[in-house]
Amino acid sequence: MTTAASTPSASRLPRSARQLIAFLLIVLAILVVWEGAKYLGGDPWRADSNPFGIEHRPPFRVKVLSDLNLPHVWSIIEAFGNPARRNGPPLVQILFDAAVYTFREAFAGFVIGGLLGFLLGAIFAHVRLFERGCMPYVVASQTVPIIAIAPMVIIWLKAGWISVAVISAYLTFFPVTINTLRGLKSPDPTQLELMHSFAASTWTIMWKLRFPAALPYIFTSLKVSATTSVVGAIIGELPSGIRQGLGGAILNFNQYYISGPGRLWATIIVSALVGIFFFILVALVERLVLSGRYPKTEIS
Amino acid sequence: MTENNSAVSIRNVTKIFNQGRPNEVVALEDISLEIQPNEFVSLIGPSGCGKSTLLRIIAELLQPTRGEVQVYGKTAHQARLDQDYGFVFQSATLYDWRTVAKNVQLPLEVMGFSREQRKQRASEMLKLVELEGFENHYPWQLSGGMQQRVSIARALSFNPKLLLMDEPFGALDEMTRERMNLELQRIWDRTQTTIVFVTHSIPEAVFLSSRVVLLSPRPGRITEILDIDLPMPRAWEVREDPHYFELVNHLRDTLRAIEGGVQ
Repeated sequence: MTTAASTPSASRLPRSARQLIAFLLIVLAILVVWEGAKYLGGDPWRADSNPFGIEHRPPFRVKVLSDLNLPHVWSIIEAFGNPARRNGPPLVQILFDAAVYTFREAFAGFVIGGLLGFLLGAIFAHVRLFERGCMPYVVASQTVPIIAIAPMVIIWLKAGWISVAVISAYLTFFPVTINTLRGLKSPDPTQLELMHSFAASTWTIMWKLRFPAALPYIFTSLKVSATTSVVGAIIGELPSGIRQGLGGAILNFNQYYISGPGRLWATIIVSALVGIFFFILVALVERLVLSGRYPKTEIS
Repeated sequence: MTENNSAVSIRNVTKIFNQGRPNEVVALEDISLEIQPNEFVSLIGPSGCGKSTLLRIIAELLQPTRGEVQVYGKTAHQARLDQDYGFVFQSATLYDWRTVAKNVQLPLEVMGFSREQRKQRASEMLKLVELEGFENHYPWQLSGGMQQRVSIARALSFNPKLLLMDEPFGALDEMTRERMNLELQRIWDRTQTTIVFVTHSIPEAVFLSSRVVLLSPRPGRITEILDIDLPMPRAWEVREDPHYFELVNHLRDTLRAIEGGVQ
């Protein structure tokens, strides 16, 4: 279906192109603010250390804007290209491998957490007693910091990617449970009466009414979970002693921050990109699954 | 008693909501009614008289506090399990993730019809409600009147013995409503289904029904049962028939009288 053309100038480009342009403009704005701040209050700029050959003494000195605290954008970009260890591969390759490794853990955690979350939500939606009895524990589980849980999981399951996935799942399942519960209860009374009028079973009502009605809610929570699963995987790597992932990289470059702050910043950027990538992946699946349901303009 | 020949047999049905609590409401009191096969019976009355409640008790979506309902000689429960009911609600109640054709097929899916049967029944039903060519549209792409026609097609798709309609045209504008009345008249004539129809429009009830049952408000009691002895099938011109006006006026006066009696 076509939605009526909005403003003539804006509709000339496809929606995805406009989104990309907006995204790039925001990145550019951040870079300008970043370097602008350093221009005003950072360490002195040396001609040989920036790509523009600018020699400059900032008028103010602000400690957080020093090269150690907030490295130049080009130092971070440079860090991607330089080897992290002598004669080793460039950092970008190390980080790419680490990102793939962490993404795998996060994905496993996302699947485990998503399934567990859905299962709990589905049980709570059907058995009120369980909802009343178990919900407080589910909520309580989320108030315990992951830092405290992670070492215990590693003791139970041994260090390894499975423990990391479980830790990631622990962060993932809660939003899915809450939204599944809400979504499964979202059909209005007449939609349920319709099913009852032709004697549909609870099972049929679940799969032909409640589940499809819950899907938009579930996808909203899965988008949240996609990003938190990456955080969970990174945190889970720390006590497991896993060195191949982004958590290991963060720990490593943290220790050698003074000798190269750009490397930690580069790792942070890659971690964020992994989260964004996962989010977009889920959003694409959502668009595919929910296609046709509403006018396209209402799906963001 | 001709109980086993009746399509619907309602005996001494009383419905009390929140029984024993301070907000207790007697919605229906001692309702008895026999509906014959192929009849078109309308339930009318002021709002809050329990007409929708009575419809839901027939469909076993609600349980009566006292009394019983039989449908084609079976209990209402058995009739529901046997899938004898087609229910049309005031809102179309379409599932917005299903296309028009898939919405019509929903009851057939639940009842385990084969894919071919479902497709065939759905296209027949969409032809009946004059929505051919809209199979792959989604509900949000249709007008209110078209949505309600889809829901009628869905209710008829499995040939239910009894069609229950709860103010199906209440949310539609006057023009659409009159067109839908003609269409329902035609569908009833064609399918020969027994219909119980709830409305608060007197002209609608008179135009469509073979009998009109007038309920009084709180507690709902049957005030009058009126035979509509206008010729069938009814064309548009019936609405200009003097006898049609007599019947409408009579119901209007009776309704005003019982409403006045409450205050």
